Amino acid sequence: MSITVYVPRDSTAIALGAHAVAAAIVAEAAKRQIAITLVRNGSRGIFWLEPLVEVATDAGRIAYGPVQPEDVGSLFDADFLHGGAHALAQGLTEAIPFLKNQERLTFARVGITDPLSLDDYITHEGFAGLRQALTMTQEQIVQQVTESGLRGRGGAAFPTGIKWNTVRNTQSAQKYIVCNADEGDSGTFSDRMVMEDDPFMLIEGMTIAGLAVGADMGYIYVRSEYPHAIAALNEAVAIARAHHYLGADILQSGHAFDIDVRVGAGSYVCGEETALLESLEGKRGIVRAKPPLPAISGLFGQPTVINNVISLASVPIILARGAAFYRDYGMGRSRGTLPIQLAGNILRGGLVEKAFGVTLRDLLTTFGGGTASGRPIKAVQVGGPLGAYLPESLFDTPLDYEAFLALGGTLGHGGIVVFDDRTDMLKMARYAMEFCAVESCGKCTPCRIGSTRGKEALDKIIAGEDREQQIHLVRDLCDVMLNGSLCAMGGMTPFPVLSALNHFPQDFQAKEIK
Amino acid sequence: MGPILDALGGLPGALLPILHAVQAKAGYVPAEAVPIIAERLNLSRAEVHGVISYYHHFRQHPAGKVVLQVCRAEACQAVGGEALAQHAIAQVGCDFHATSADGSVTLEPVYCLGQCACGPAVMINDDLYARVTPARLTSLLQEARSKA
Repeated sequence: MSITVYVPRDSTAIALGAHAVAAAIVAEAAKRQIAITLVRNGSRGIFWLEPLVEVATDAGRIAYGPVQPEDVGSLFDADFLHGGAHALAQGLTEAIPFLKNQERLTFARVGITDPLSLDDYITHEGFAGLRQALTMTQEQIVQQVTESGLRGRGGAAFPTGIKWNTVRNTQSAQKYIVCNADEGDSGTFSDRMVMEDDPFMLIEGMTIAGLAVGADMGYIYVRSEYPHAIAALNEAVAIARAHHYLGADILQSGHAFDIDVRVGAGSYVCGEETALLESLEGKRGIVRAKPPLPAISGLFGQPTVINNVISLASVPIILARGAAFYRDYGMGRSRGTLPIQLAGNILRGGLVEKAFGVTLRDLLTTFGGGTASGRPIKAVQVGGPLGAYLPESLFDTPLDYEAFLALGGTLGHGGIVVFDDRTDMLKMARYAMEFCAVESCGKCTPCRIGSTRGKEALDKIIAGEDREQQIHLVRDLCDVMLNGSLCAMGGMTPFPVLSALNHFPQDFQAKEIK
Repeated sequence: MGPILDALGGLPGALLPILHAVQAKAGYVPAEAVPIIAERLNLSRAEVHGVISYYHHFRQHPAGKVVLQVCRAEACQAVGGEALAQHAIAQVGCDFHATSADGSVTLEPVYCLGQCACGPAVMINDDLYARVTPARLTSLLQEARSKA
């Protein structure tokens, strides 16, 4: 009987050599005349073990990793096809502590299935949420999402149900669902994983959103830096359309919904929702003033639900299992789970989905295992380039939207980037200003000029010119940017700058010459 | 231009899809394409030019046969991304946003390839590489140059 071998097709696995490993396994099996079935699954998100090869056995799937092409011969020699012992053997995949200790709701299927197999998707609870939604009124669907406590996972944390309700109640012949897949934050890759490793889930979530608000058209705006995600989405949309999960008559319900995949063009600020809408309309990605809210006047001036990938991807399980199931996870006003991304200088990097309330320390040590370099952690940046740098003394902070706001930071999109003790926080502060200067859309002055002047002032501090006066100037600029910018780009760039200044003041003082 | 405009010109918000298609075909967006696109979409040439110049992704000049993108964002910086960027400059022989003297390699910064748990990351043409050391970059570049 043919043995099933899994080699991920996630782009991180590919970037670490998964294609070559898959080819080597197929060639070696042919040479030894062993029948295998190769499945290119999604990634489990255990990126420190990628390429992670799995073999289906009677006991369950057994993992080997990280596998390189030159390991394949010895894996066959060790009879890995029957779970044989090998230096790279990791035991049952599900029992790997990094995975076992997670609470995977949104990522329940990710890594288990072939991302483009509709059969796999349906066998693993796929489209259960859509089928449920098709039995409900618009009001009932929105109510489920509202009661689940789901908040925007892109970073702004606005209650998803309330946004949907506004669109539902706005009268218009044409409404849109827009998926913000412009995941530009460094240290984040959960959107990418959903798109590459479980794209039908996103399609299902958008379709449910369409039913809930009465929209028949959806756009996924995905960044050009994600070619593998673009390809997977286009294939998945075509498959879904061919099987009437999209199109003029979804599952013979009489409801229409379709999706077009649109590609960004390397502008970070297009992750801001109104700039994204401008870009989708074919214009420069310049931020719009609000109001009007996109829910009232969004894409092409029509009522538009614009949600992040993870927000939309969380909807199917909420509909399938009910609002209470999802709401029972989490703490305070942060309900459900957050797919957290451990990145940067971390020993065990990857995706950790946990209920809100888990502490940074637990994530960094229990899951992450400390730095990859083996040196002490100096700082972590949570929430992307606009997130605060936090020192070790704050690692007992629970992951909770309000707790991070109280620290002068943001949970953002759940990315955590780790830096060891060799990092110069003055340079990181300068980088934050430089990045803002490069990526500012230029519409508002605090962001456009503030970031440029901020970079100049920090350059002077690096050069040791009028240090105290320049620090004062940087703080003043941050105040103007925080309070005077049109969107989060200028409004939150001060978070990394001020947190570096406040928590690591020694890095802004004259360096001792050794 | 004809087939691209016929296929995409009717889309709502057609400009970005058209520019992507032109760049995919020609390798950049030639100046001659601007008035043709503008006329088809009933826009001014300035509007089309404004969009091309706004987005980092669109090129107004041909690139080298090998395009090397090095991630310069925080997560890659945390694991030696800056040293890799400096190595890339030395190897290619030009700064970022430029092409080597022989015209073969274009060096570009990129702000996140989504490989943040396994940095530093680079993309060489359409191929993605993670945990790239300076030595590995040298050999990857050599390989790409010989293939191009």
